[in-house]
Amino acid sequence: MLADIPVEHYSYVALFVFFAGIYGFFTRKNMIAMLISIELILNAINLQFVAFNKYLYPDLMEGMIFSLFIIGVAAAEAAVAIAIIINVYRRLKTINIEKVNSMKY
Amino acid sequence: METIIFYMLAASIVIFSVLTVTTRLILRAAVYLLFTLLFTAAIYLMLNYQFLAAVQLTVYAGGIVILIVFSVLLTSHINDRLELESSGRRIAAGMVSLVGIILTTATIANANFAPVKTDALTMNTKAIGNALMSYGDNGYILPFEVISILLLAAMIGAIVIAKKR
Repeated sequence: MLADIPVEHYSYVALFVFFAGIYGFFTRKNMIAMLISIELILNAINLQFVAFNKYLYPDLMEGMIFSLFIIGVAAAEAAVAIAIIINVYRRLKTINIEKVNSMKY
Repeated sequence: METIIFYMLAASIVIFSVLTVTTRLILRAAVYLLFTLLFTAAIYLMLNYQFLAAVQLTVYAGGIVILIVFSVLLTSHINDRLELESSGRRIAAGMVSLVGIILTTATIANANFAPVKTDALTMNTKAIGNALMSYGDNGYILPFEVISILLLAAMIGAIVIAKKR
């Protein structure tokens, strides 16, 4: 199964998702939209790990376990980030990244 | 048949991920992110990683997207349009992404991966659980414990940060 799909095509898909996330992270000003971009990046990495695991090392499970751990870290990161965002919104009434600078100076 | 489904899934993933970062409505961005994650889970299923697909659906699609939607509803009005970055910066970010895509595509195209055709390991949940809890050569007990501490710290941190003073 899936023998006629080369592993590079998985890489290309992951690549597009990854750089879409990079673009979003650079252009968004809303903190939640930036968090969404980070989730896209992590998802692209997962896809890449799993494809390499399946095609290049089918007798091991390192790639899949790595993906599991990345999903766990992403969940922890999202929880803390959203707690911070909601707290920032409560204090400053905005989550625009350019207006959240009261700790900068 | 599977090939056609794979390329349809791949095209949907790419389209929805681009829509995620270009739409002006943040709730729509969250929904497009959900679609991207769902189609990725479908690809995991096609590759026979059932447990990973289930984890992807429950943690990402079920947990993180719901959390994001909740925080969107708490912090902004539904019809608020996201403000655009200045066009110079958008062009710069687009150029960075484009150059990155071109460079990495060229690298991957010249990489000559050699897929191995051996019997795939049975990736059932029992094997995964044994691998996660074993001390042996292919055991992952240390990262498993480290990530449990990380999750505990994140949980406590989220509560401390978000609670009312």
